[in-house]
Amino acid sequence: MEIGGPGNDGRRPAITPQLALRVAIFGGVALVLFAIVFFRLWYLQVLSGDEYVSQANDNRVREVRIQAPRGDIVDREGRVLVTNRQATVVQVVPGELPSDHAERKALYARLAQVLRMKPQTVQRIVVEQRALLPYANVTIKTDAPRSVLNYLQERKRDFPGVAVTDKYLRRYPHEELAAQLIGTVGEISPEELERKRYKGVKQGTVIGKGGIEWQYDRYLRGRDGAQLLQVDSMGGYKGELRRRQPVPGQQLKLSLDLSLQEVGQQAIATAGGGRPGAFVAMDPRNGEVMAMGSYPSFDPALFAKPISQETYEELQSEENGAPLYNRAIAGLYPTGSTFKPITALAALDAGIITPSTPIDDPGCLTVGTTEFCSPGDVGHGTVALPQALKVSSDVYFYVLGRDLNPVDGQPLQKMAKRLGVGVQTGIDLPGEVDGLVPDREWREEVGREEARCRKREKVSSCGISDMRPWSTGDNVNLSVGQGDLQATPLQMAVAYATIANDGKVVRPHLGLDVEDAQGRLVQEIEPPAARSVEIADSARDAILQGLHASASEPGGTSADVFAGWPQDRYPVYGKTGTAERGGGRPDQSWYVAFVNDPARPLVVAVTIEGGGWGATSAAPAARQILSQWFLGRRGQFVRGESHTQ
Amino acid sequence: MSTATRIHDAQADPAAQGRPTVSGLTLRLPFDPLLLLATLGLLACSLVTLAGATKEDIPGSPDYFVNRQAIFAGVGLLLMVVVARVDYSRLRELTWGLYAFLLLSILAVFALGSSTRGATLAIVLPGFSLQTSELGKVLLVLVLAGFLVDRARRIADRDTTARAMLLALVPTFLVVAQPDLGSGLVYLVIALAMLYVAGTPWRHFAGLFALGAVAVTIALVAAPAVGVTVLKPYQLDRLTSFVSPNESPGDEGYQQIQSKIAIGAGQKTGRGDQATQTKLNFLPEHHTDFIFAVVGERYGFVGAALVLSLYALLIWRSLRILTIAKNLFGALVAGGILAMLMFEVFLNVGMNLGIMPITGITLPLLSYGGSSVISTLLALGLLQSIYVQGRMAGAHKARTVL
Repeated sequence: MEIGGPGNDGRRPAITPQLALRVAIFGGVALVLFAIVFFRLWYLQVLSGDEYVSQANDNRVREVRIQAPRGDIVDREGRVLVTNRQATVVQVVPGELPSDHAERKALYARLAQVLRMKPQTVQRIVVEQRALLPYANVTIKTDAPRSVLNYLQERKRDFPGVAVTDKYLRRYPHEELAAQLIGTVGEISPEELERKRYKGVKQGTVIGKGGIEWQYDRYLRGRDGAQLLQVDSMGGYKGELRRRQPVPGQQLKLSLDLSLQEVGQQAIATAGGGRPGAFVAMDPRNGEVMAMGSYPSFDPALFAKPISQETYEELQSEENGAPLYNRAIAGLYPTGSTFKPITALAALDAGIITPSTPIDDPGCLTVGTTEFCSPGDVGHGTVALPQALKVSSDVYFYVLGRDLNPVDGQPLQKMAKRLGVGVQTGIDLPGEVDGLVPDREWREEVGREEARCRKREKVSSCGISDMRPWSTGDNVNLSVGQGDLQATPLQMAVAYATIANDGKVVRPHLGLDVEDAQGRLVQEIEPPAARSVEIADSARDAILQGLHASASEPGGTSADVFAGWPQDRYPVYGKTGTAERGGGRPDQSWYVAFVNDPARPLVVAVTIEGGGWGATSAAPAARQILSQWFLGRRGQFVRGESHTQ
Repeated sequence: MSTATRIHDAQADPAAQGRPTVSGLTLRLPFDPLLLLATLGLLACSLVTLAGATKEDIPGSPDYFVNRQAIFAGVGLLLMVVVARVDYSRLRELTWGLYAFLLLSILAVFALGSSTRGATLAIVLPGFSLQTSELGKVLLVLVLAGFLVDRARRIADRDTTARAMLLALVPTFLVVAQPDLGSGLVYLVIALAMLYVAGTPWRHFAGLFALGAVAVTIALVAAPAVGVTVLKPYQLDRLTSFVSPNESPGDEGYQQIQSKIAIGAGQKTGRGDQATQTKLNFLPEHHTDFIFAVVGERYGFVGAALVLSLYALLIWRSLRILTIAKNLFGALVAGGILAMLMFEVFLNVGMNLGIMPITGITLPLLSYGGSSVISTLLALGLLQSIYVQGRMAGAHKARTVL
């Protein structure tokens, strides 16, 4: 290799051993860098290519929901209780809005005028919704009038970027009918989305929020379809890729009878004269609920569209009678004398009395230091069980309550619970409550709670309990359905149904079967298994005799209410109840009855808050329900005169 | 050696001595065929990729970018041929003139340039915007080569290294101030690489790196602490988002993520016209900084590997030309151009692959852009000239080469 002289650069050979080494290092570095880049390319494209393909698809594919219509709800005859209607929805398509700010503002103003809204409101909705879902259309108004639809469609050119589409809304042809029972629907909330129950349900889906709509949501809901759209990086629409058709929800048939439901709701409204109340009518053989209502009611259509907080609070407020609240399954009341047959069963079962054991009723009974009296201290003389039920002798049952108290195992409480009082019946509705059959253990428990609370809060009383021990008086109160007893109308219906069908404790239910949109049976809803209670024939006969006499024979507590009723064809077994509610509030009016017709028996329980005597308001309502069921007409509303508990 | 016949040819033709003549060149190719192959191959890849990727970028003129890139390539190739036929050694005489031109052209951008996105990078001429920092890369290579050749005997002096670095740092700071961080980095790398080729002692490099570390610390930590911003916030974002792209998927991290998705989704053979990352604009700057990702998505591993192979060929030929340069000036120029190409390719491809920060460096010859394409082709013309001169000198002296 020739070495050129210093400074003689023109002829100096470029390459020296030092440079050769450096060039070799240069080449080595290049080699390493190429190796790294190739390996990285291999890793991205060949090893993890699939993952990136799916990421690229996530980037560009947007799903737009196609709403599936919810299934109809029909009564046992197939008459429609709830269906759907198509509502006009006015939307703004963000990508098609005028890009000029002033033009856009003018458009909002025009649109607001047509929709009778404020321009600022329109603009606010657009801004808010776009922030949430940048590519989706923004709904400005749901359920706009038809005229708006026509107006907008005729003047499409004046409203660029405004789209009018349809949406399914729930329609309630009978308005307030069975509103609490059917429940409402609404868009799934973020909390609900996380629940296991709604696994696979997409955001924005309309689901049942209460009642039957909630209970049978998975049948009614259907499956929303989707349009898969291709969008660019700015969310601009680039064409439809695929379409998944929506699957409509299935039709649900309820055991409800529309006519009976109507009559029942009107009857309790009449009976209460504006006071809250509830009723249940049920087939005692299998627990199929024929009608169930709670007054006051509401129009569920209010919930079909976004509801204002104000309206919602009104629907919940106590002053308005809390219309959302289903008193038939969640209203807890002492039951008054309607409890007496249960006391009788317990006493007969425990062997304290026989059906013919006479007990003297002078009007009052002193237990310890407390005197328990009938209304007006009226006595009924010496009575045996059937007569005691017929005239609703309090003292007779006070004695039973007193004598049952020392018996081991608290047979009165046990019998009440076995008949379904104070425990959930298991009806296919959400929101059912337990209630309470007071016993020794419960009283001790609340006493302990009170003690703990007083200690913790350092107050003289927490109001949970007066901390007195269980007393005979408690049992005496319970024997006539007073005191701490809390039961729902449905529980009382179940208890009477058990007496009616000789010990079978049914589980009430509303769902009969699931049908497709054409009404073909898809799935029968199996009635849940019933429990049974052993009832001696002699005991049952005596109770039936007393209940029937009460409703049919002169002197019976509800006999005048049933004046003119064809007792030979449809013998009524009924019991009035008048429960004191304390605090000077008017009494709770109760009536529970059944007609054990072999073809279509019915048990009815009616209660009116502050309705006064059982015979005055609850019994006449019950008669109207029975009349509708057996005679096909509701008949006159006749208030009874009996002032007994 | 394969040069045997050529030596014979050269000796048989005395006219080949000294300066090139047409008759002397007739006996062998007047250029390095492999380097030309790589050049034309990459330009072809650029046009094909742009044709597919930019079809929908400008509504109504689907071929806008392709046509313009073809014109740039044509002009650039013409210049390349001209430069290849000139003896590059003559440029040594122009060292200071070129340096003055370099500084003036960069300063001119400040005076005449137009701003886009907070940066003033180019002078807008009718139908073309000139990004002088691109041309500056080639000019800097020539200037430093001239300077280092003058100082070849004192290459081990600290003074030489310091002056060379100073020469490079002035334009570096000017382009960083535009702000064009990417070009600034290229200038630095060119300077370091040329010192390296010139034979600067290792300890000087150690000292330079130590100084660099201090400077970076001051720029990124100390200066912001006292309220002086050296890097613009978006530049800092780019550098930091590279470290954790998923934390800032909104902007800088977004580009890196989308680029990786595009390349990964290309898989082995590419998605062709189904390349939605590009088509639907998820991949930003897909005709310039992220064109490699477009190649990866449209043509898959096969296409990306082809492009990388062409770059490998380009770099191999550059190394080879470095070794056969007839003089130190040629070797230095080749070294500078080699470093420039290598750095640009690896930084850009690395940024597309998500293993390098986003610095705004384009991919030579592939990215759309006249200044970049023409400057790169000028540089390749210089390489061809070095090759031709080296061949002729070698033939003349019967010199063996590495």
